[in-house]
Amino acid sequence: MTDAKRLTLAHGSGGEPMQQLLHQHIQPLFDNAILARQEDQARLNMTLAPGERLAFTTDSFVVTPLCFPGGNIGTLAANGTLNDLVVGGARPHYLSCALIIEEGLPLETLQALLADLAREVRAAGALVVTGDTKVVPRGAADGLFINTSGIGVIPAAVDLGTHRLKAGCRLLVSGPVGDHGAAILACRRELALGGDLISDCASLWPLVKGMLEEPGLLAMRDATRGGVNAVLHEFAAAAGLSVELEEAAIPVRPAVRGLCELLGLDPLQLACEGRLLAAVEADAAERMLERMHAHPLGSGAQLIGRLVPQRNSAVIVRGLYGVERSLPAVSGELLPRIC
Amino acid sequence: MQQQIAEIRIKGSVQGVGLRPCVWHLAQEMALHGEVCNDGDGLLIRLYPAAAATGFRERLESRLPAQAEVDSISIRHTRCDAAPNGFRIAPSSTTPGTTRIQPDLAICPECQTEIRDRGNRHYRYAFTSCTRCGPRFSIVEGQPYDRERTTMAPFPLCPICSDDFSNPHRRRFHAQAIACPVCGPQLQLLAADGRLLAQQDAIHSAAQRLKAGALLAIKAVGGFHLACDALDSAAIVRLRDFKGRPEKPLAVMLPDLEALQLRCIAAPAELELLTGPAAPIVLLRSRDGHWPGNLCDGLDRIGVMLPGTPLQQLLLSAVGRPLVMTSGNVEGAPPCLDNDEARTLLGPGVDALLLHERVIARRIDDSVVQLAAGQPQILRRARGYAPAALKLGTGFEAADGVLALGGDLKNAPCLLRQGQAIPGAHLGDLANPRILQQLQQSGIDLASLFACRPRLIACDGHRGYHSRSLAQRLAERQQLPLIEVQHHHAHLAACLAEHRRPLDAPPVLGLILDGSGQAPDDSPHPLWGGEILLADYRHCERLDGLPAVAMPGAEQAAREPWRNLLAHLERWSPDWERLRWPSLDALRRQPLATLRGLIREGFNAPPASSCGRLFDAVAALLDIAPQRLSYEGQAAMRLEALAGRASAQPVPALGPPAGPIALDGVWQRLLGGLGSETPERLAYCFHHWLAELLAQRVRALAHTYHCDTLALGGGCLHNRLLLEALQHQLRDSGLMLLAPRQLPAGDGGLALGQAVVAWARERRP
Ligand SMILES: [Fe+3]
Ligand SMILES: [Mg+2]
Ligand SMILES: [Zn+2]
Ligand SMILES: [Zn+2]
Repeated sequence: MTDAKRLTLAHGSGGEPMQQLLHQHIQPLFDNAILARQEDQARLNMTLAPGERLAFTTDSFVVTPLCFPGGNIGTLAANGTLNDLVVGGARPHYLSCALIIEEGLPLETLQALLADLAREVRAAGALVVTGDTKVVPRGAADGLFINTSGIGVIPAAVDLGTHRLKAGCRLLVSGPVGDHGAAILACRRELALGGDLISDCASLWPLVKGMLEEPGLLAMRDATRGGVNAVLHEFAAAAGLSVELEEAAIPVRPAVRGLCELLGLDPLQLACEGRLLAAVEADAAERMLERMHAHPLGSGAQLIGRLVPQRNSAVIVRGLYGVERSLPAVSGELLPRIC
Repeated sequence: MQQQIAEIRIKGSVQGVGLRPCVWHLAQEMALHGEVCNDGDGLLIRLYPAAAATGFRERLESRLPAQAEVDSISIRHTRCDAAPNGFRIAPSSTTPGTTRIQPDLAICPECQTEIRDRGNRHYRYAFTSCTRCGPRFSIVEGQPYDRERTTMAPFPLCPICSDDFSNPHRRRFHAQAIACPVCGPQLQLLAADGRLLAQQDAIHSAAQRLKAGALLAIKAVGGFHLACDALDSAAIVRLRDFKGRPEKPLAVMLPDLEALQLRCIAAPAELELLTGPAAPIVLLRSRDGHWPGNLCDGLDRIGVMLPGTPLQQLLLSAVGRPLVMTSGNVEGAPPCLDNDEARTLLGPGVDALLLHERVIARRIDDSVVQLAAGQPQILRRARGYAPAALKLGTGFEAADGVLALGGDLKNAPCLLRQGQAIPGAHLGDLANPRILQQLQQSGIDLASLFACRPRLIACDGHRGYHSRSLAQRLAERQQLPLIEVQHHHAHLAACLAEHRRPLDAPPVLGLILDGSGQAPDDSPHPLWGGEILLADYRHCERLDGLPAVAMPGAEQAAREPWRNLLAHLERWSPDWERLRWPSLDALRRQPLATLRGLIREGFNAPPASSCGRLFDAVAALLDIAPQRLSYEGQAAMRLEALAGRASAQPVPALGPPAGPIALDGVWQRLLGGLGSETPERLAYCFHHWLAELLAQRVRALAHTYHCDTLALGGGCLHNRLLLEALQHQLRDSGLMLLAPRQLPAGDGGLALGQAVVAWARERRP
């Protein structure tokens, strides 16, 4: 293998090799006029109609391995930021993309990952308009880190957020939970977990676009780090309410359930990368669910619970025989409670 | 003209025990004047002439009622305007103070005779009681203990009862809970759909149905029971299906001692427990072939009780056979407390409900007791014991205002008040939000009934415990200091407190054999559960303990014993795969690569020095643990039962002690004995080997640290064989052994330990 095909520290030095990398290999992937002007900043013509608001978000992506069943760090970096915009009701317009590359990353790999990133952004109707590239010595990063920021526009009629949560509203999840987290675990070779676990990494914009047309939508979150459980705790804390879930209604794929059983994990605490949780007015829940079912991204959507006046546990699951169980807020590794 | 009178103040558990009539009679005999009343501080006697007070006290002390627990009797002289004439029982004054509330008491012999006497007006009356028996804690709504502050208030006394109540010559004189068929609560037998099936002959009708195989919900003292014929395995299957309790043993109630001894083997001390005023469930050896196989999960002991209320006595004698009497709830949910709740939640699963009109003021489950090493040991402290106070040792006189919330499983809170500990009744697993709610309620309840404002909250340090979250909320809301007490220090301190160890006594050794609890932050492994500690009330240091072994799958390993077998084998006998044995063959079929990955990577496989998980592992090895436990402690209980079936031949010693505790020798012997010894024998030897290992280390450390006392604690000490083996191993060590007796050794006793540690630490010297 020749050095020409791998990235070196020189590619991040600002000189000739870097210019070559950007012009020949990266910019074409994103192919748009704003980026092509190559100014130090993207110049955006955005005029907002009365009542419209800008949404702005940023996120950094680090994942091992860079490619996993159902996605890679490129799709993740695109969809993570797109989804953070769309769950606020914003149509995504522009993204930035900053790369921190570990010396030695094959150029081919980088190109493939960025091509996927660009494709996802385009599919959501948005553009990558500015970026940055750094190469760091071996060991200072793990292959590739990506930061993306995004700007979107929230229509005047849309007002989503935890301030609108209230007792009685219903909670919908857009599909099976925990797929991404399970797929990433299955990639850890030392855990020797085969199986057909595929990340749910996806852009939620096509689904949300339709949901915004329905009345009764109050708040949405994408269930990334900490999984659905973290979102439920955020909802409960922000609203000063409690969440009641029906265990039987929570969609979990058999393979994910099996992995969780074996490892002693809770699917509700595994990350998703293409699932959202929506709080909806009680009388609008059924129609919203139908609307979600109509889109492939929401075909597995389920009504899983509701918000109720505050109890002494924030999140409560009703299981077999109607017996209730509190879900603790602690994310990550939990020491056994059983004595 | 002013007269000198004497005021005699009696403190302790002195209300609702017949002390006022006793005082009245004595005053009559001695021809003294004055009055007696209950108040918030206990009992107050005003006596004239004052000079007679000392003699009066002496004679009173010699004839106190059996239920009275007197802490102190003090006399002071004072003056009043006019000399009293005659002696009367004065109305109670309602100042909140320091007096205690009695636990519920089983029906006394006199009342038993009355309900069987055709000529008596209490004949077959299900709510007969007197000064010596009947409901107490379960009906109290406020202090002092008077009828208007109980759930009997809605039943005004009829003229005859009223006469009984006010006549000092009757045995129902000032008995607050009395009632008769004319004025008291009535029974109703309802169908599941709410239809009235029987009223006058409700008991008879209920009995007929039970004999025919029906499932009934029956209102009891502090909750409901689900009942069926205990000899009818089909009825038991139905009950188990409805309750969601596939295997966990069910308690039974037998009509009388004769029926009990026919089917169980009971020592005199066990009979005493069964027939005592607390009337708990007692774990007894069952006689082979006398019980259906699906009653007790194949264990050779069974939880039995005798009818403790008139209702139960009448019902059991009408049925004439043993009944399953298990708590009226679906597994994991709190027991039902009122009639509507019972109809809604239990109605769908039962054929009929035997209800009555007396309201249950608070939840109180049946207590569970066993005889261990010859002495009673309370395994679940509730009806008949709560809310009796425990005296604490010297130095704790001022201990007051501490509310401890206990652990997350087998939860029970504890309040410290005026130098005493008041453990609340057992509540259960706090993962259920309604039980967490009950804990919060129980804390408020104890504080208000005992007129004690908490100034300090204590809880476990486990970051995932629901009890800790609740403690944080309470402390924040009321702006009180919160003290976290390490799990095993609390276990140890609970044992010290129960044995009234003085506050400033020198440190003791503690041997805490437990499931698992969060270790202190500086511990090399995150979970403890088999530790030798050096501790007093304030400080706790770990000297040694069982080696830490991974729990692959964390909490999943507490449910699936085979995971612990794998972890122990990987640690102590890595070449185990070459052995042929059913449990090892099954283990080989598990996804070993993944499980080994978890252990090696430390991914969701926290290392724990847990004694409980060691028992799980050995039970799995000996093929008696299910793939997944269906109740807590199942594997360990089966292992103890298995060992109990071995002949008690001497166990060869492991060999000379060699420094810190290691388990390789035990595992080598267990694996080496698989083909040549019976599983019963191996189970028996395991108990003794473990005791030998621990005892040797304890002896050495006691010598090094100059300790003369060893306190025991932790849920594994509910294992009688282990407790006896430890006692045997330490018999000539010179160590004084303290074992938990009054409170559970497991997490049910945790709150007491938390409370005393928190108070000792917080106290300004
Ligand atoms: Fe414990
Ligand atoms: Mg994000
Ligand atoms: Zn009586
Ligand atoms: Zn009456």
